[in-house]
Amino acid sequence: MSANVTPEATRSGRAVRRARRVQAFKSSARLFAGNRMGVAGLVILAVFVFMAVFADVLAPEARLSVTNAPGSPLEPPSAQFWLGTDELGRSVLDLVIQGSQISLLVGFLATAISMLIGALVGIMAGYFGGWADVILMRFTDWFLVIPFLPLAIVLAAILGRSLFVIALVIGLTTWPATARVVRAQVLTLKERPYVERARALGAGDRQIITRHILPNVFPLIFANTILVVAIAILTETTLSFLGLGDPFSVSWGSILESAFAEGAISLGAWWYLVPPGLCIVLVVLGFTMCGYAFDEILDPRLRKR
Amino acid sequence: MLVLNFFLFRILPGDPERTLTRLQRVSPSTVDEVKRELGLDRPLPVQFFDYLGDTARGELGISYVFSRPVSEVIGNALWPTILLVGVATIGATLIGTLIGIWGAWRRGSAVDTASLGFGLVTYAMPEFWLGMLLILLFAVALDWFPTSFMSTPGLTDASAGLLLVDTLEHLFLPALTLVLALFGEYALIMRSSVIEAMNEDYVKTARAKGMREALVLRKHVVPNALLPVVTLAALNLGFIVSGAITVETVFSWPGLGQLTFRAINGGPDYPLLQGLFLLFSVVVIFANLAADLLLGLLDPRIGRA
Repeated sequence: MSANVTPEATRSGRAVRRARRVQAFKSSARLFAGNRMGVAGLVILAVFVFMAVFADVLAPEARLSVTNAPGSPLEPPSAQFWLGTDELGRSVLDLVIQGSQISLLVGFLATAISMLIGALVGIMAGYFGGWADVILMRFTDWFLVIPFLPLAIVLAAILGRSLFVIALVIGLTTWPATARVVRAQVLTLKERPYVERARALGAGDRQIITRHILPNVFPLIFANTILVVAIAILTETTLSFLGLGDPFSVSWGSILESAFAEGAISLGAWWYLVPPGLCIVLVVLGFTMCGYAFDEILDPRLRKR
Repeated sequence: MLVLNFFLFRILPGDPERTLTRLQRVSPSTVDEVKRELGLDRPLPVQFFDYLGDTARGELGISYVFSRPVSEVIGNALWPTILLVGVATIGATLIGTLIGIWGAWRRGSAVDTASLGFGLVTYAMPEFWLGMLLILLFAVALDWFPTSFMSTPGLTDASAGLLLVDTLEHLFLPALTLVLALFGEYALIMRSSVIEAMNEDYVKTARAKGMREALVLRKHVVPNALLPVVTLAALNLGFIVSGAITVETVFSWPGLGQLTFRAINGGPDYPLLQGLFLLFSVVVIFANLAADLLLGLLDPRIGRA
């Protein structure tokens, strides 16, 4: 016990800061572990991330060869093909496993882009205020009001069909909400005494933003990230379904597209339609549940409900 | 809010012009011509009305896919979408509001928990996948409803009553899909809004006067709690239209959504896509304006601010 007290004074500021952050992280993690919904969401996500990471082991790409498919077209589920086959005789289970890779990848990439723009615009607008704020927020509002799926469709149609374009389009159409939330937080943060103190000590804008503003908006950005990933995965599915996806890679959306195009509905080939959709629902649900759990951690008022 | 809306109206006309020039690599003179056509060289207030007039007259170019003016193609597809979206919006708002009130009134009850969970799941679903499942179940397996189109082919000379029944039968599944996809959000908003209103002072006063609980709910809580739902319904209109894109595709509903799908996969058909995007944007902005005005009417406090 006493050993803990003395080194505190001699440790460098950096070490103290790190210790404090580890402490905060631990207490958040404890709260999260106590949240049943959050844990359930996290378990779902862990399963899918595992599936995506080991996709090439679980479903070797050779088995997805179009010319040398292992089964006959549209076989119903059997012992050999647990989820049946598609119109080319490929196993739907293999397709779904491979699809998880692309769907999650696009989801995360799009979210990273969205967060980067959102955080940058939010911090700039909130911190600098004045004209920068007015212009940036008008811009944000414009993006917020424009119906985002049609915008994404138009952008994707113009820019062409590749994974990166899809991620970029989703990123470009989902950032405004983050920007608004971050801006609101920055507005209150920059009036805090410690920011004023830092400025009085001669800290520049960059120093204040990276040292004082960013660490404090980060939890907020993170909570937002989780919800944006869910939206990004849904949007990727929709765009792929509409035929705007990368034609050379398999995602859950593109599986649904080919299932629809091959008339799986009227053929009653439910094994072709249900699994990819179910994966999407589970992943999005997982992210949403984690998101709610984080909201509760960040906003103590919600905890009692 | 009005300033914001005016700003959006001003920035919108610039967008199709920019998109157009980027799409087709047109010469500067054509850009000027397009600008003149869209009225972009005139003062802003004039431009605003001209722009509306032009859109109404429909100088939107010729569709590649249909080889007919974009305005005509869109005009033909407008009514089916209005019918579908209208029915779905009314259905979702009504059901969502009622469930939301019930959930707030009997918080923690089975109905409340079930509707919250159901809302979460439908939120996580791509609408078109839900549509596919409904077709599989109700049209393919049970054969209760037709799978696609707005009416049975060759039924044009039947009596008006038969035609109406036929259209309603075709409308049922796509409308149900949209209602299921949407009502959860309304229920959620209405629920939290009712809970908030229940804690207001005037509600406590009404209760203290000895008013019956059901009457308090009907006279004091619900009217006030409805405000956010009105906003959401108006704001959502544009998003429902874009949500209808995939649902219409799945059901071959001859509306704007299916048109969008054909525009993407037919080339892509840039003039048609542009026209559709323009229309979607205008709808959303008008919906925003309508929400503002309506809120002002419903809540005198906002009108004066």
